[in-house]
Amino acid sequence: MLFLREPMRVALALITSMTSLGAVYGLMGVHFIAAFQVVIYVGAVMVFMVYVIMLLEVKEAPGSRRFSKVVLPGVVVGVLLLAALGAGMLRGTGSTGTLPGEGRQAFSLVEFSSAFLTQYWLVFELTTVFLVGAIVAALAVVNVSRRRQG
Amino acid sequence: MDQSQLLLAVAAGLFTIGLLGVVIRRNALVMLMCMELMLNGVNLSLVTFSQQRGDAAGAVMVFLTFVVATAEVALAIPIVLLLVKHARSLDVDRYSELKG
Repeated sequence: MLFLREPMRVALALITSMTSLGAVYGLMGVHFIAAFQVVIYVGAVMVFMVYVIMLLEVKEAPGSRRFSKVVLPGVVVGVLLLAALGAGMLRGTGSTGTLPGEGRQAFSLVEFSSAFLTQYWLVFELTTVFLVGAIVAALAVVNVSRRRQG
Repeated sequence: MDQSQLLLAVAAGLFTIGLLGVVIRRNALVMLMCMELMLNGVNLSLVTFSQQRGDAAGAVMVFLTFVVATAEVALAIPIVLLLVKHARSLDVDRYSELKG
């Protein structure tokens, strides 16, 4: 994803990584998250993204640079972040043991949905408010473009 | 290195690749996709922790992240369309005149 020039190839790489992440979720035993990963990310978000890539079809100049001016500091910061995350991971999760894959059963869909709708009901309701706000904001953006045109 | 550490390492790698992509690439759509990759890395770590503890709080957070990612794309794509109409390019350096 970092080195491919065409946005469509980047999108295909991202779709592949998302699908494999869904397979990882399935192997971990959280099948409903795997299903939602494939349905929401690959089925909705990335299809939208691919559609926009095909819609725009902006040709970049042939000699245009792929990377921005901050590529060297960016790489340095990325390596530092990876080192910090790795150090924190090795220190924090030293003796946690394995996942409840074979022996203990992972939490089920029933457990998840009852926790979601009883313990976290307020978050669920706030999510709907957030989605309404997002729709209104998207309509506002569309309105701006329409006003600029006409 | 046990299983959960491996998964957390994958999550850290995904997050770092996404952050690097946002920082060093110049194409606006590629930057958006790298943000999605960062959200994916966070999701993987949340699922791993939730499996480790055996409770459903992490999975609830993952669902909220799905919602946030969808809303982000639904908002960012019209903005990118507006910018492309304005500057005739996907290059973020061309948008530097958008000040004030």
